[in-house]
Amino acid sequence: MAILINETTRIIVQGFTGKIGSFHAQDMINYGSNVVGGITPGKGGQTHLDRPVFNTVKEAVNEVGAEASIIFVPPAFAADSIMEAADAGIKYCVAVTDGIPTQDMMKVKTFLRRFPKEERMVLTGPNCAGTISPGRAMLGIMPGHIYKQGNVGIVGRSGTLGYEAADQMKALGIGVSTSVGIGGDPINGSSHRDILEIFEQDPETKVVIMIGEIGGPQEVEAGLYAKEHMTKPLIAYIAGLTAPEGRRMGHAGAIISSAGESAAEKVAILKELGVTICPTPAAMGETVAAVLAKL
Amino acid sequence: MDIHEYQAKELLAGYGVKIAEGGLAYSPEEAVQRAREIGGNVWAVKAQIHSGARGKAGGIKICLTHDEVEAAAEALLGRKLVTHQTGPAGKVCGRLYIEAGTNIVKELYFSFLVDRSSERIVMVGSAQGGMEIEDLAANNPDALTKIYISPAVGLQDYQAREMAFALGLDAALISQAVKTIKGCYRALRDLDASMLEINPLVINGNNELIALDAKMGFDDNALFRQHKVAELRDKTQEDPRETAAGDRGLSYVGLDGDIGCMINGAGLAMATMDMIKLAGGEPANFLDVGGGASAERTEKAFRLVLADKGVKAMLVNIFAGINRCDWIAEGVVEAVKKIDMKIPLIVRLSGTNVEEGRRIIAESGLPIITADTLAEAAEKAVKARNEVVANER
Repeated sequence: MAILINETTRIIVQGFTGKIGSFHAQDMINYGSNVVGGITPGKGGQTHLDRPVFNTVKEAVNEVGAEASIIFVPPAFAADSIMEAADAGIKYCVAVTDGIPTQDMMKVKTFLRRFPKEERMVLTGPNCAGTISPGRAMLGIMPGHIYKQGNVGIVGRSGTLGYEAADQMKALGIGVSTSVGIGGDPINGSSHRDILEIFEQDPETKVVIMIGEIGGPQEVEAGLYAKEHMTKPLIAYIAGLTAPEGRRMGHAGAIISSAGESAAEKVAILKELGVTICPTPAAMGETVAAVLAKL
Repeated sequence: MDIHEYQAKELLAGYGVKIAEGGLAYSPEEAVQRAREIGGNVWAVKAQIHSGARGKAGGIKICLTHDEVEAAAEALLGRKLVTHQTGPAGKVCGRLYIEAGTNIVKELYFSFLVDRSSERIVMVGSAQGGMEIEDLAANNPDALTKIYISPAVGLQDYQAREMAFALGLDAALISQAVKTIKGCYRALRDLDASMLEINPLVINGNNELIALDAKMGFDDNALFRQHKVAELRDKTQEDPRETAAGDRGLSYVGLDGDIGCMINGAGLAMATMDMIKLAGGEPANFLDVGGGASAERTEKAFRLVLADKGVKAMLVNIFAGINRCDWIAEGVVEAVKKIDMKIPLIVRLSGTNVEEGRRIIAESGLPIITADTLAEAAEKAVKARNEVVANER
């Protein structure tokens, strides 16, 4: 099963013929993802990486049945590309682009809410590494080989810290059903909670690890959801114990600006909600192993 | 990006918000000149630093004569002001804003913020101005009114009116308040501001609403389309190391510890710093070299970390995804040879081509301490730092 993507998902790349888009499209194809084409306005009708190029997402949906999309469009135009995908009927979209203005993302979120829930595109990112269902499909920029196929769900804000978790798990023989990057921006397509809801419905996922960080309310909201609605164990690690208040730590969203947003506060609240906490970032693998052993 | 009070006021005045008459001064002579131009017999001499709570730190002085203006300017210019927002390092005052004294009848609080939970703009107001919002929220949350604005339809008149009434204004001031509130919202929206705070917003003796202070913060991601705003940047208010890093496309935050860090990815960087702390050390900095981490970038990052003379040991932790460990190892070896490092270096590589990367480090002949795991890397870094400190004694 896995969530969001599998080996049959028909994928298109928005920003297909650019340098970054080309590189990662090739990488996804090599991994086995079903990339059926791409979008570059003005280059419709051409062929790139042995696949058709379209001018619009609508054409790609109509002609090759595109279902999922990944966005490598520069920040100034990325919000527009996301809305184009949603309007064309794409079901799932990953926005890799880092640096999209906050007001643009607020506009995107309002735009998405116009669609009835069952027709609404799921968006993850921006500023994320993407999503991978190991052994099936990769819709992102991660190193696919560090993920072993299995039954642990990963949801996280950070790219490389997510790799670290997958790597620690692989070293212990633990595999991943799907790993979803929700990105480091203050306003993102899907929250930790949104992804937990999908993992909860996935029969293959037995346990979920949430990799959060300082700033914003999403980790606590996810913990509240888990307490009320999740049957599967939730494990969490929150990065940023040493982060000072009011300073932005790389990610646009990684800033402690109000009460409850520091790592220590989030950990205390999650603990109280019954979430298993990874005591250190070096213990993500072993904490997952311990929880799995108890199932 | 933050801007100064006088800059925020200039911007807001362009959107119809009333401000007191004022002018900028870089010297005591200029300060007196501004006071003469403004006229009257009361002036506020206000230190322009990127921080709130300037009053408590002695950064605002009320003066009754030109001599007092001169003396206040003399005292403030070049002085380091420490507030809870600047941290212990403080910020140096290089500019003054000289403003006509305002006869304050009542102080109010008013702001706009991006609310991450609702993904909307939230407008916050209180009839109790002058206090800091954190204190207000903690001590008297009922005194705060919050109104959420959908950015798709924008601020509606009824919402502005609702806020005006919540601020406890009498009927004669409502239409002026609505104009002020709407002006502020337009400024926020048009200029891609992420926060706008007027604290206090005051009613003066002529029954006018005046923005007595103004603070604006802007979305860095939107500066590419806000050239006018980007020009207001004052680099003297930033940590010079962070400015240097930003100019080189690196993300750096200076901290108080003594173990320097170079990591790829913001999340992994924060996690590595946490690991240093848990191992008994203190990180000197946050530094994300990004996904590329070419030899050139690596060298720049090394120089940046080592420019902090308090650094006793340096930890490199790279998880190679798109890039490869062997490329990174080559970059590190090259950088160390060029820079002539005097302090211990601990390197942990992981991910693509890790064996090849480790081999390059091992065969380099350089005294680089290697580690296989995150925990081991942090422990070795703390141990190396402790040895350096012990030898210094």
